[in-house]
Amino acid sequence: MARILENEKANYKNVMVFAEQRDNKLMPVVFELLGEGKKLADKLGVKLTAALIGSDVDKLADELFSHGADIVYVTDNPALKEYTTDGYAKVISTMIDQVKPEIVLMGATHIGRDLAPRVSARVNTGLTADCTNLEIDDDGKLLMTRPAFGGNIMATIVCPNHRPQMSTVRPGVMKKAEASEGKKGEKVTVKVDFSENDIRTKVLEVIKQTKSSVDIQAAEIIVSGGRGLGKKEGFELVQKLADKLGGVVGASRAVVDLGWIDHDQQVGQTGKTVRPKIYIACGISGAIQHIAGMQDSEYIIAINKNPDAPIFKVADYGIVGDIYEVIPELINALDKAE
Amino acid sequence: MNIIVCLKQVPDTTELKIDPVTGTLIRKGVPSIINPDDKNALEEALKLKDKYEDVKITVLSMGPAQAEEALREALAMGADDTILLSDRAFGGADTWATSETLAAAIRKIGNYDIIFAGRQAIDGDTAQVGPQIAERLNLPQVTYVQSFDIKDGKVTVKRALEDGYEIIEVNTPVLLTTIKELNTPRYMSVNGIFTCYGEGKYKVWGLNDIDVDVTNIGLKGSPTQVKKSFTPEQKGAGEILKGTTKEVTTLLVSKLKEKHLI
Repeated sequence: MARILENEKANYKNVMVFAEQRDNKLMPVVFELLGEGKKLADKLGVKLTAALIGSDVDKLADELFSHGADIVYVTDNPALKEYTTDGYAKVISTMIDQVKPEIVLMGATHIGRDLAPRVSARVNTGLTADCTNLEIDDDGKLLMTRPAFGGNIMATIVCPNHRPQMSTVRPGVMKKAEASEGKKGEKVTVKVDFSENDIRTKVLEVIKQTKSSVDIQAAEIIVSGGRGLGKKEGFELVQKLADKLGGVVGASRAVVDLGWIDHDQQVGQTGKTVRPKIYIACGISGAIQHIAGMQDSEYIIAINKNPDAPIFKVADYGIVGDIYEVIPELINALDKAE
Repeated sequence: MNIIVCLKQVPDTTELKIDPVTGTLIRKGVPSIINPDDKNALEEALKLKDKYEDVKITVLSMGPAQAEEALREALAMGADDTILLSDRAFGGADTWATSETLAAAIRKIGNYDIIFAGRQAIDGDTAQVGPQIAERLNLPQVTYVQSFDIKDGKVTVKRALEDGYEIIEVNTPVLLTTIKELNTPRYMSVNGIFTCYGEGKYKVWGLNDIDVDVTNIGLKGSPTQVKKSFTPEQKGAGEILKGTTKEVTTLLVSKLKEKHLI
């Protein structure tokens, strides 16, 4: 009953990305969705559109246009100032009903993963979570690939008989759209009215926690530490090397679980996906869950005592040795090279 | 206060291995556990039961017959009732069809104030079933709950964000999805282990026990389908640098310089 007929599919057209904003600033993943969405739209020969929702967000449309959006659907309402599931689900569902996109992409953020399933149940379509690869097949269907079973296997999912085809996309994986200044597009206002009981949760406060750590997803060089460091203090040495290279410190899940370092710095399946220019893994054995989060780095360097550690299978350069000997010597060598 | 906890039995994915020859998942010998986030969901319900007298906890799960083990464990931890949704017709469901089935069972249980569910299961990592159940039952939802408080039917929670948290207020009935920061799940009690096999504490419901459209459940009712699965491609191994520590570090620096990486 929920599925749609073959001849109805043609009514669904264009790719829509959710232009998630917080404090009226577009999230980094939006530019990744625009980059990926453009690729899909070009392949299908359709338009790239964006759904912009919030209060006083109108001016963000230009940024979406310059990063590739052809049409921006805007719902601007004071009731939408803070993200609420009820408020945003109502708007996105209305937009989907009205403009019928064939593909809807959202960032797999804490907001996207709250909103997308709610919407998929409401508009009666499938949803694929946390995708790391999207492609269009020969029939024009969206192929959504994602890790499952802790990253041990990859699954390619299709949504053949329902529209739109929806997916949340893992932040940090897709390439960001480049800006082309002055590119314009069409802005369409979608009017959604709210009555008092439409939004059942009340956001009392939003608290930002300033972390001492830097954003590892934005870093060009990451030096990561794992259980092989042997002790929490080992991260001082890792930090030293990171400082020397102008990079930041990352970590494996094992040491985050041990409480040696903050979860914010965790790379991998249950942490962050990174693709820096240089990734140096120190004392990280290379569990599949970790590799899933860093294998797209441009250059991977592994330092590990155990020559059979799986991390060496993905490393461009490997050094078999003791972290506490290799890192100081590496810092020396960097000093000399200056 | 009536609480429903949604719980799933999952393979311990940290114990999974890939068969190097066939490239498929080796499931044999992999222990089945209660999904970690779901244990936090149950613990939060149990904390309410510790605090208030009139709390009844019903744990609901969908899965094969062996999931009974997980529900008995939930009983031994302190749950009052458990229901396993188990029927061939439910099998192979994606999150859309799973939430349809679970929502139908929750309607049958009826009369609930709070539904706790783990944020996501470690086998699928989708985090979709909780919100989809909430939508089907027309309930408000809060996901990523890291702290919880209730006073006079008004719930106040902290919802984790990537860079902080929100404080959200919502009335019951409500569906909340929980994360590990919320609490530390208790162990089964000795008394619980003795009584968890007690009469009437564990029920199995099949297709005929719930009111659900058969075209919306199981593999056939699922909008999404797995087209193929494969082991992740790993890029080829590179070069292991050989020599003394001094030699290899110097060599590494010169290689990185050569490639203009530093």
